Amino acid sequence: MHPVRKQRLILVIAGVIASSIAVGLIVYAMRENINLFYPPSKIAAGDVPHNRTIRGGGCVKPGSVVRAKDSLDINFILTDGSAEVPVKFSGILPDLFAEGEAAVVNGKIDDKGIFNAEQVLAKHDETYTPPEVASMNESSDSSGDHKNDQAVCKGMNYGS
Amino acid sequence: MVPNLMIPELGHFALVLALCLSFALFVLPMLGAHYGNQLLMHTGRSLSAGFFIFICIAFFCLTYAFAHDDFSVKYVASNSNSLLPYHYKICAVWGGHEGSLLLWILMLSGWTFAVSIFSKSLPLDMQARVLSVLGFVAVGFLLFMLMTSNPFDRILPIPPEDGGDLNPLLQDPGFVIHPPVLYMGYVGFSVVFAFAIAALLTGRLDSAWARWSRPWAIMAWGFLSVGIALGSWWAYYELGWGGWWFWDPVENASFMPWIVGTALIHSLAVTEKRSLFKSWTILLAILTFSLSLLGTFLVRSGVLTSVHAFANDPERGIFVLAFLAVIVGGSLILFAFRAPVVKSEIGFNWFSRETLLMGNNILLCITMIMVLVGTLYPLISDALHWGKVSVGPPYFNIFFIPLMGFLCLLMALGPLTNWKRTNPQQILSLLWKPWLISLVFALIFPWLYRDDYKISAAIAVFIASWITTALVADFIYRLRNSDSFASGLKKLSLSYYAMIIAHLGIAVTLIGVSLTSIYTIERDLRMEEHQAVNLLDYEFTLRSLQKVKGPNYLADEAFISVTYKGKALDDMHPQKRRYYARGSTMTEVALDKSLFRDIYVAMGEPVSEKAWAMRVHIKPFVRWIWLGALMMALGALLAVADKRYRKKVQVSAPENSTGVIGAGLVSHE
Repeated sequence: MHPVRKQRLILVIAGVIASSIAVGLIVYAMRENINLFYPPSKIAAGDVPHNRTIRGGGCVKPGSVVRAKDSLDINFILTDGSAEVPVKFSGILPDLFAEGEAAVVNGKIDDKGIFNAEQVLAKHDETYTPPEVASMNESSDSSGDHKNDQAVCKGMNYGS
Repeated sequence: MVPNLMIPELGHFALVLALCLSFALFVLPMLGAHYGNQLLMHTGRSLSAGFFIFICIAFFCLTYAFAHDDFSVKYVASNSNSLLPYHYKICAVWGGHEGSLLLWILMLSGWTFAVSIFSKSLPLDMQARVLSVLGFVAVGFLLFMLMTSNPFDRILPIPPEDGGDLNPLLQDPGFVIHPPVLYMGYVGFSVVFAFAIAALLTGRLDSAWARWSRPWAIMAWGFLSVGIALGSWWAYYELGWGGWWFWDPVENASFMPWIVGTALIHSLAVTEKRSLFKSWTILLAILTFSLSLLGTFLVRSGVLTSVHAFANDPERGIFVLAFLAVIVGGSLILFAFRAPVVKSEIGFNWFSRETLLMGNNILLCITMIMVLVGTLYPLISDALHWGKVSVGPPYFNIFFIPLMGFLCLLMALGPLTNWKRTNPQQILSLLWKPWLISLVFALIFPWLYRDDYKISAAIAVFIASWITTALVADFIYRLRNSDSFASGLKKLSLSYYAMIIAHLGIAVTLIGVSLTSIYTIERDLRMEEHQAVNLLDYEFTLRSLQKVKGPNYLADEAFISVTYKGKALDDMHPQKRRYYARGSTMTEVALDKSLFRDIYVAMGEPVSEKAWAMRVHIKPFVRWIWLGALMMALGALLAVADKRYRKKVQVSAPENSTGVIGAGLVSHE
């Protein structure tokens, strides 16, 4: 074979091998490390995998945040207006975490249906709502007006 | 101060004029280059100067509106406040979407102007085409700004009495410099992109072309390195989490151009020295700029959950996406038609510097693709209704760490190998000592450093010292024939020193990143007044809590004394601020910095009257992360200063070089 062609062939083969390894790695890493987002209604209905890291989100129910007296444990309730999910977290909450505001949590659901959050994310300025939370109502209420994203949590009817 | 209400209108007007000028800049020189009209080609220089001046005027007008609290301008009203300290008013100019876009364009006009000044040695038609491409990019962005996000929009007839204030997260010195530097890097790649397009149009792609575009690429890359480092540094102390990299989509958006930019500057080296990898270099230049644009789209369209996402309307996203499609699609089509013209024909041996640099490029591109997939997958999945997902740091770490580790192992070999072919025997005789020294040092280090032996730390230290010792070996080898040490030092070129410093920077960052990740101790502690809490050999005591008043906020401040093995260290004063205008809270971290470890204390929230939840971290070697980035930038600076880029080309050179290429083209056909 012509040396230039041979060099090219080796190059192509190397490229194919490298990209297959890359694809394999991506698929493997993806399968292990993707966190699906679930709105509170799905979580409350038990429609989610247990003991696997998922992402949840909703509005923090006013009056539901309870801090333990002697540790950093904290409990609160996330809601989308129709269903509620109890969340347990240990540590320090982000600055803009507040009752009646949007929050996103990463963690696992335990057997009692409590969301054990490893991470709590709040919005970082008051005109901003995480897209997951903003679109939360799209599925349940298709006539909704999405222009006013930041009003999702403010205008929500939290019931009694 | 009563603001002059005409100034914002003047700024708006300047923007419109700049749009007209940039349109002329796009059309006239290109026509001139096509028809060989000298006069039209010469317009490029003056049009770039005009474009730059009018953007400066617009930028100044917006700054004026901020400085004088002109709340009739909508953008000022939503991003500033009369109580905001003066210096933050000035940098609030780029605190929101519209202003940061204006900053983007200011950078673009600056780079364009710089090209028009420093490219006198370029053949005239090449220069005209480069400026024209930059003009096209400017038209796109100015249209975007004027149509969807004009910073000079007014709230008339009744302006608000006071503004909504700058996001407290952004009221920080890090924010003053992070966006400008980052944008310098982002936008700087537009120059290399313009060079690439010009090369495709003319079919002239040789060592001279690489020598012209290389300093621009290196400069942009240096700025981007510092910009990313500044962002990471800012996140570290401002977000109150103690993290310095989150694999956040927006970070990835700036990191992808950096990765491909790194590949580009290495590929350009091969194109300059050996006239190889030509079409590949062009492709990388297109890719780098496309990724910069993609970054702009991701950040500005509001499709992502991130610190940088502003509340936005989708119209903007669609415009940027369409512009992205035009740029990427257009340049790739051009590439498909023209690339065969510029292919390279010279072969090289398998064990050579070319091969190693090809390995560098392949590894970097794979890394970029992985990051890209992880960043875009949530968006694609959402668009196709596969469900809303997020891709977490484990995904990125799982491939990034081994790929970069491998890359760094190869990196040590690069400088020692020769172009074309290298004798493996010779490399072996040079490198067995560095290899041995690194191995011994790496095995001992974790054992000396902490009680529990971490094999991962040993690997990281090995790779870093392998890079360092191999560079030293190469350095000594190059000095072997000189009469004295000093004369040897002088003989080495500036770009060689640049390479050494930048590569050492990688080693330093590698040490910082890995040792911080491995050895950081972080605890959320409950601290009560006058009670000591221990962490490692450190003892923290909360002495008192008090209220502090700032210019536009009220803060809770803790006074914490720290001792290390009984020896007193500096007192720490973390704060929790509440800003008046927006009623938002902000954590102000207290840091005890040193080269080998940082102590990091952030106030969480009050648990009772006399107790606070505190986030305490001991972070070894964390400064090294940013120190390394600074070294890379210094390397970039030295490389650009190398005298071969400043060599004046003789008057006859343009014709001469085209002649050579012409001959080259004939021989290809």
